Amino acid sequence: MTPLDAAAIEMKNITKTFGTTVANDKVCLDVRRGEILSLLGENGSGKTTLMNMLSGIYFPDDGEIFVDGEAVVIRSPADAYRLGIGMIHQHFKLVDVLTAAENVVLGMEGRGKLNRRAITARIQEICDRYGFVVDPAQKVYDMSVSQKQTLEIVKVLYRGADILILDEPTAVLTPQETEKLFSVIKNMRNDGKAVIIITHKLHEVMEVSDRVAVLRKGVYVGTVETKDTSPKELTEMMMGRAVTLNIDRPEPKNPRTRLEVRHLSVRSRENVLVLDDVNFEARTGEILGIAGISGCGQKELLEAIAGLQVTEKGSSILYYGDDGTPEELVGKKPLDISRMGVALSFVPEDRLGMGLVGSMDLADNMMLKTYRTSGRLFADRRPSARLAKKVVEELEVATPDISTPVRRLSGGNVQKILVGREISADPTVLMSAYAVRGLDINTSYTIYHLLNEQKEKGVAVIYVGEELDVLLELCDRILVLCSGKVNAIVDARTATREEVGFLMTYLQTEKKGGAET
Amino acid sequence: MSSLISLIQAAIVFGTVILFGSTGEILTEKSGNLNLGVPGIMYIGGIAGLATAFFYESHAAVPHGIVGLLLSLIVSFAAACVAGLIYSFLTITLRANQNVTGLTLSIFGSGVANLFGGSLNNMAGGVGQISVAVTSRAYRAYFPALAGLGPVGKIVFQYGFMVYLAIIVAIFITWFINRSRVGLNLRAVGESPATADAASINVTKYKYLATCLGAGISGLGGLYYTMDYIKGTWATDGTIEKLGWLAVALVIFASWKAVRGIWGAYLFGLLFWAYFYISGLTRASSELFKMLPYLVTIVVLIVVSLRKRRENQPPASLGLSYFREDR
Repeated sequence: MTPLDAAAIEMKNITKTFGTTVANDKVCLDVRRGEILSLLGENGSGKTTLMNMLSGIYFPDDGEIFVDGEAVVIRSPADAYRLGIGMIHQHFKLVDVLTAAENVVLGMEGRGKLNRRAITARIQEICDRYGFVVDPAQKVYDMSVSQKQTLEIVKVLYRGADILILDEPTAVLTPQETEKLFSVIKNMRNDGKAVIIITHKLHEVMEVSDRVAVLRKGVYVGTVETKDTSPKELTEMMMGRAVTLNIDRPEPKNPRTRLEVRHLSVRSRENVLVLDDVNFEARTGEILGIAGISGCGQKELLEAIAGLQVTEKGSSILYYGDDGTPEELVGKKPLDISRMGVALSFVPEDRLGMGLVGSMDLADNMMLKTYRTSGRLFADRRPSARLAKKVVEELEVATPDISTPVRRLSGGNVQKILVGREISADPTVLMSAYAVRGLDINTSYTIYHLLNEQKEKGVAVIYVGEELDVLLELCDRILVLCSGKVNAIVDARTATREEVGFLMTYLQTEKKGGAET
Repeated sequence: MSSLISLIQAAIVFGTVILFGSTGEILTEKSGNLNLGVPGIMYIGGIAGLATAFFYESHAAVPHGIVGLLLSLIVSFAAACVAGLIYSFLTITLRANQNVTGLTLSIFGSGVANLFGGSLNNMAGGVGQISVAVTSRAYRAYFPALAGLGPVGKIVFQYGFMVYLAIIVAIFITWFINRSRVGLNLRAVGESPATADAASINVTKYKYLATCLGAGISGLGGLYYTMDYIKGTWATDGTIEKLGWLAVALVIFASWKAVRGIWGAYLFGLLFWAYFYISGLTRASSELFKMLPYLVTIVVLIVVSLRKRRENQPPASLGLSYFREDR
């Protein structure tokens, strides 16, 4: 590896905003030929956005991009290809009903008729050179995830890319597939290509990359040589320093087990284990935090408890009533779960998608939960209207009146209505996911206060959060998920930010010792 | 025997109208645009061709059939393309709802066509029925020598040229979509515009072109109906609209394969006219028979969705608009 004079790519002071959110703020980055650069950062730190500006999906608001030392403007994916930049997106950009070969030549110029034989020959040549296995005649819908990814890489190479960007390439792969991918990537590096890997997994960074660039909340933190750094240092760069929030945290009053989750496993539609043998218990009068990089199984965990997820055989979720008798929740329908007298309030991640109906007004949204019990033939709107008024007053929701469609309210007010409605049902278990996402400081504190109130009433609160500082100051215990496994359950009063951050990104494999098949 | 031959002939003539309609719509839908304006587009194609032939015949000293044919063919195609352009502008550039836009285009097209059709009938004077005999005769011309070859000649060769044009266009469109580079790109646009975009295909351009040209082909169905089927006249009985919806049904029946649409169209024709050749039907029961094409389409939909073969499904992004920076 001898660094060439000019970097293959150099980005200077790149800024990109979406509406009012700044996704990238004056980010600088460079990658050389014959090198693997890791782009490290938490979810939402702007890694993908930054790379999308190289691949021509987004256009930067400000800043400059240099390829081989020359200033360039990348307005479209075609421009990127012309400069030899190819990106393998996290969500594969493949057409399902087409074959591998057809996907490879998609959008390329050439003669009117497709010459399948010539295309197949070139694909084979690329495969032989780097050690891929691709069947050009196979349809994409028949392929496994790792085959699709291989195809994506071949597609990019076929177009002559010598700067490759891979967006979280290992997120969907098994350990064996990951190993194979890394050896291919190393082959490409030795062939003189520049490779950028977007990731938040520290052990992969350490294993595969030559240098690491770190982003935090859209801001460039710095670049270090992999051999000179440690996972611990990288965690610090990624998470930043602790902030004191001064959130109230009353001591739990005589906690009792309310929910007991045993051997909970869930498979996604792609047949990947998104939750793998999860064990924990939630107690009354306690806030259990759930930390993890987003997409590590939080959604599936909450949905499984709420009865919205199909679970694998052997999974068990026991609910202990006030008299201490356990009842099995797995296999019950959401409605049955509430009819049994188990009050499970659920604040979904996607506020408007699953929680509320945007075009309906406040009162009607309240009624979504109660219409079965109010009125016989005709729904009685009065209790819902009263409840809506109460929520508006108590939570200080800024709305013209209760007959305003929810869609017209700001995110914070929508969230208050949702939480207000869920709490009004007097739950014994309150689950919330990203309850303060996109909310301003004051509204966030209102929500924390509400959750604390519930905790003091003896509710078992489960709080899925993304801000480590909040988790550490609000919760009593924190369950750290990493790739669908419980990496650890820590005491939030004594745990440190670095410790939790490290657990989020670094799977403790020795504990599992060969459990993986 | 002779009634069987005339049934088959009726079926082929009937099928040709909807074959144009569905071939055009298949091209359009392959780009991800669900244009439900097919009936309106066929109306516009029909009236534009008829009006052109009418003005040509009433202004030329000695009208020549071939000239009238070419003029009306070109104008009809162009007018239908313009209708497709309206749809494209609304749905692709302004990202309006495709269903609403398509249905509105249907109503618009039928209104415009019947307005002008009525005016033409008035202008024609006389019995109040427009007729473009010279041009229509050119449309309906066939080789008597070939048609004289017994029953086979009658079934295969006794039609105007547009019957064969419809088959050629359907075959060509199938080849184009499946075997050409541009067709491959078009399929990608209809399946996954984001993928096509990332592969540096100009999604907007493909959608516009496919929708406009598709509308042009659909419009030829209306032209064939006015020039050949009802022999160069205009009828305000709404038949074109009925045929337009059948063309949309045929797209589904053919599972987005234009070649499959050829025999599908003739089958629809057979089913539609079957009542006419079955003796002893009352008025009411013959109406039941006319429902057969729709019933068959429903059956096909059920069978296709049960078998779940990916190749027979509609383009994945059919009916959705595309915007690159959508998050």
